Amino acid sequence: MECLIGIKGKDFVIVASDTISARSIVSMKQDHDKMFKLSDKIVMACSGESGDTVQFAEYISKNIQLYKMRNGYELSPRAAANFTRRNLAEYLRSRTPYQVNMLIGGYDETDGPSLFYMDYLAALIEAPFAAHGYGSFFVLSLLDRYYRDDVTQEGAIKLLHQCIDEVQKRFIVNLPTFKVRCINKDGITDLPDLRAGKQ
Amino acid sequence: MSRRYDSRTTIFSPEGRLYQVEYAMEAVGHAGSCLGILAEDGVLLVAERRNTNKLLDEVSYSEKIYKLYDDLACSVAGITSDANVLTNELRLIAQRYMLQYQEPIPCEQLVSTLCDFKQAYTQFGGKRPFGVSILYMGWDKHYGYQLYQSDPSGNYGGWKATCIGNNSAAAISMLKQEYKEEGKLSDALKLSLKVLSKTLDMTKLTSEKIEMTTLTLIVEIKVIHFVNRHWIV
Repeated sequence: MECLIGIKGKDFVIVASDTISARSIVSMKQDHDKMFKLSDKIVMACSGESGDTVQFAEYISKNIQLYKMRNGYELSPRAAANFTRRNLAEYLRSRTPYQVNMLIGGYDETDGPSLFYMDYLAALIEAPFAAHGYGSFFVLSLLDRYYRDDVTQEGAIKLLHQCIDEVQKRFIVNLPTFKVRCINKDGITDLPDLRAGKQ
Repeated sequence: MSRRYDSRTTIFSPEGRLYQVEYAMEAVGHAGSCLGILAEDGVLLVAERRNTNKLLDEVSYSEKIYKLYDDLACSVAGITSDANVLTNELRLIAQRYMLQYQEPIPCEQLVSTLCDFKQAYTQFGGKRPFGVSILYMGWDKHYGYQLYQSDPSGNYGGWKATCIGNNSAAAISMLKQEYKEEGKLSDALKLSLKVLSKTLDMTKLTSEKIEMTTLTLIVEIKVIHFVNRHWIV
């Protein structure tokens, strides 16, 4: 039922996630932050089994911080994504697999911005835009039609808003607000929450 | 007196020394020399070949310098069979890192991981330390060209120019005088041959007795070049 959306531009990545914490048919919380900071310039948005998401994301984020302490430099977004994939793939083949879907957005000095899509089967794909959950069925077609690789940050926010409106209009589950974060050369910035309908 | 303390690697002598480790370093001191120089546009390793019997069939192209990965190579001084174990371990470390991160291992991490392995042999019982010192040359995106040296105790350090093996002290003092900051690789090549010709105890330096490898970056492609032996005159 959850929805994650990511859009990459020339010098930034935007990651957005809905803010509903639900159990069965009940919405328990309406301002839940599903994003985790992996390093100064890497953010991971997680959806899936609610205990698993936090457990797995914290395990990954602490390991990536440990790497920084040991070596004095940070892991690149690509290396961090592959590290996450490897861990998830190993847990998948254990008795205790994590059911977590992720979007990883990061910025690297040499490689620029990057966005990675990963599902609970540990399939890792780098993409210009990506979405998880039922929302993706409505959102991906919009992104396919309107995404341009030279999109500005304002343009990306506008496109994101369009996506959220579409989710609100067509999807039977109520996902009114989305938390939005932008990653660029200066690090991670929180953007104002996006609400369906209000432009 | 010292007999009581040097039969096991893991025991300190009353003066606080580990004899087995010191003996291992002694073994390295008798081995063929290896020399490394860092230049601004590359790194270079030169090694002395001892086995130059004309009846010897050349099974492997290189005897003392090993390529570890696309952008990493090392040369070893010491007991060759020990060195084979260590180079195998080095290649495993590099590939394990690749498997986990899908990125080449940064140089210092490779060196420090191997040194943890070497150090374990000076502490845990029933084992003898590796009688090997290693020079590593490499390139990574964090610190560019690098040159490292490690010894049997598990210590390591980064160098601009250094030498291990037979008569290394003399070579290092000569390098100290002649090394120029921001030198080119071509100058480093000449310097390395000059230093070796003066410090190796042989009358004439011939191409059969030398192995030479350079590492340079050609438009983001890492090239480790094993210099043809007959090219050195």
